[in-house]
Amino acid sequence: MQLLIQGGRIIDPAQQLDQVADLYIAKGRIAAIGEAPPEFVADEVIDATDQIVCPGLIDLSAHLREPGQTQKGSIATETAAAAAGGITTLVASPNTHPVVDSTAVAELIQDRASDAGMTRVLPMGALTQGLKGEQLAPLHALASAGCIGFSNARQPFDSSLVLIRTLEYAATHNLLVVFQAEDRALAAGGCMHEGTTSTRLGLNGIPSVAETIEVSRCLLLIEETGVRAHFGQLSNAQSVLLVQQARERGLNVTADVAIHNLLLTDDHIDGFNSLFHVIPPLRSQLDRAGLRQGLVTDTIDAICSDHQPQDDIAKEAPFAATEPGISGLETLLSLGLMLVDQQLLELPQLIEKLTFGPARVLGIEAGSLEPGTDADVCVFDPNKRWTVTKDALKSRGKNTPFINCELTGRVTLTILDGKPVYRSPE
Amino acid sequence: MFNFPDPKNVQLTDDGQLKHFLTIEGLSEGILLELLDTADSFVDMSEQQVKKLPLLRGKTVANLFFENSTRTLSTFELAAKRLSADVLNLNINTSSTKKGETLKDTLMTLEAMHSDMFVVRHSDSGAAHFIASQVTPNVAIINAGDGRHAHPTQAMLDMMTIRRHKGGFKHLKVAIVGDILHSRVARSQIHALRTLGVPDIRLIAPRTLLPTNVEAFGARIYSDMTEGLREVDVVIMLRLQKERMSTALLPNESEFYKLYGLSEEKLAFAHPEAIVMHPGPINRGVEIASSVADGPRSVILNQVTNGISVRMAVMSMAMSGQVAERAKRQEQGER
Repeated sequence: MQLLIQGGRIIDPAQQLDQVADLYIAKGRIAAIGEAPPEFVADEVIDATDQIVCPGLIDLSAHLREPGQTQKGSIATETAAAAAGGITTLVASPNTHPVVDSTAVAELIQDRASDAGMTRVLPMGALTQGLKGEQLAPLHALASAGCIGFSNARQPFDSSLVLIRTLEYAATHNLLVVFQAEDRALAAGGCMHEGTTSTRLGLNGIPSVAETIEVSRCLLLIEETGVRAHFGQLSNAQSVLLVQQARERGLNVTADVAIHNLLLTDDHIDGFNSLFHVIPPLRSQLDRAGLRQGLVTDTIDAICSDHQPQDDIAKEAPFAATEPGISGLETLLSLGLMLVDQQLLELPQLIEKLTFGPARVLGIEAGSLEPGTDADVCVFDPNKRWTVTKDALKSRGKNTPFINCELTGRVTLTILDGKPVYRSPE
Repeated sequence: MFNFPDPKNVQLTDDGQLKHFLTIEGLSEGILLELLDTADSFVDMSEQQVKKLPLLRGKTVANLFFENSTRTLSTFELAAKRLSADVLNLNINTSSTKKGETLKDTLMTLEAMHSDMFVVRHSDSGAAHFIASQVTPNVAIINAGDGRHAHPTQAMLDMMTIRRHKGGFKHLKVAIVGDILHSRVARSQIHALRTLGVPDIRLIAPRTLLPTNVEAFGARIYSDMTEGLREVDVVIMLRLQKERMSTALLPNESEFYKLYGLSEEKLAFAHPEAIVMHPGPINRGVEIASSVADGPRSVILNQVTNGISVRMAVMSMAMSGQVAERAKRQEQGER
């Protein structure tokens, strides 16, 4: 199939490209930008006038809920949601049931994803068996079976000895380790940021130090072992500073942040609305400002959705008794565009945080429109206004606080491997 | 930036009348004073031969206690009966939730019984707000204590007790002593005292028993009890749960009593006419000396008596807000 995407503004931060031009796709690859390649005959011409054409988005953290919790989401439903959100590659969390600590589970996820054919799914493997923080998972076998990196999915390592051995073993095989840092004892029983709002609402707080103490411990051990490491979903300003300082002394670490932590704060929980219940929690305005600053200084390499679909019942209870998470695949780009609207980032900078930035974190060849690479493309109308409704969401999880909000910017076409996998209905 | 639903004033009708009673926070001084005046008017009635008023005649009040409580449940029951309501007491702690029924299922079952008012006590903060968001518009929700968040009827009976003994609020120094961290009573009291214009609110506790940034609510923090009690007009003691010792918040009971227990010696630092309050049940010798609890300055039993009038006032005001709103809805429906 040969596609011509005509007249769009092509933004590809990997090539530092930002120009109105035609994009030619052939045999699943980017054939050319600008001039047509010899003997190119388009099977379909897509008019992208007044639209943005960029690499397909790469999401570093999404919970697909399969295997184990298909009432909340399945690989088929959630990858369809990803395609609707312009996402062509996503990293699936290892905390499925059973967890991704065996090659069978890693293979099952990839098989289901390729059957669905909507987006590339890279499974994150478990660092320890059952995510218990006690015994090493078979990291080498899992990596051979397609795991892109390894994390313990916010489950703690009670033993620093086990942690350091895990990192040494991962370093031996040059594997990427991802930390979602949280000290178990300090976070125990908490359901929101510890601060004035938690005091007023009488909800148990998770202090910022629950994250920073673990980030500090991990940074020391990263330095000690030399492992390739990434921090997922930082939530507070102090953590950003810790990562920044570590980089300044030459440590090779990267970091990402969830889009909702860049836009919302703990103040929104006033009124006990469980749709704002997320882990890591929405923190203070100062923390939000610190995270935003981290994006600008490039301490934070990527913005992710941290997609966590829930069924209705999981959110219908008093706040602390509800399950955390926001269904975020389909609002990632629109919400990201708010950062441009607020003049925090230029549009190419935002696109970098959603494409080439996460590709660099993972060390994969993706997130670029360079001729010869796989044709994973996102086309969106940056001015299209739409209202988030339950019916409009393809994800099985309708749990988003942005429900009924009008957002600006919507994906019109998603191309995976040279084939359209999503077209907007209008 | 986003048009999120505004959580403010879920407990008020469009005309500013009370329709639920979930928290003191956000209520005006006018509403709190109206509530106290209404409660005062019920006091005389309680001393008469016939103790019943017809304000809730034909209405059904369901007491939903997901957490055990004898005294609060009894005063709510008595208050509802004095307003001529039919009363249903449900101790849900032991029945449905242990069988896996969700809170929402329980509510739907109870709504099918056509109750007009739910009095709710629950161990989760925000439970009363959640229930108010789930029930049909005609049911009034009265919060009888949710987690650490709020216990607004307790705070209002305390305000009533203070006003009856001190004549007003604008000149008072009030100290709240003890486990503020875990106390829904203290949170509601602080909001009530501030709204009613108390200029000097003091919290006396070690840092382990104080919530983060509690000074943001306009209270001053004291770790030394004798300093904190100096010249205060009202001393409110809070109950200390025994399990606080096992979670490294305090070393032991005797150290706590020595530093923060209300003895006659410490009470001597307060104003000579200071009153001593406690929401009960009291731990004698842990947070308060028996001689103080039973002494001439103690108004602990007056608090219990006032609790009935305050709960009658809350129930009648919320019910009339519901009736007014229902009439308005019907009027709009007819148009």
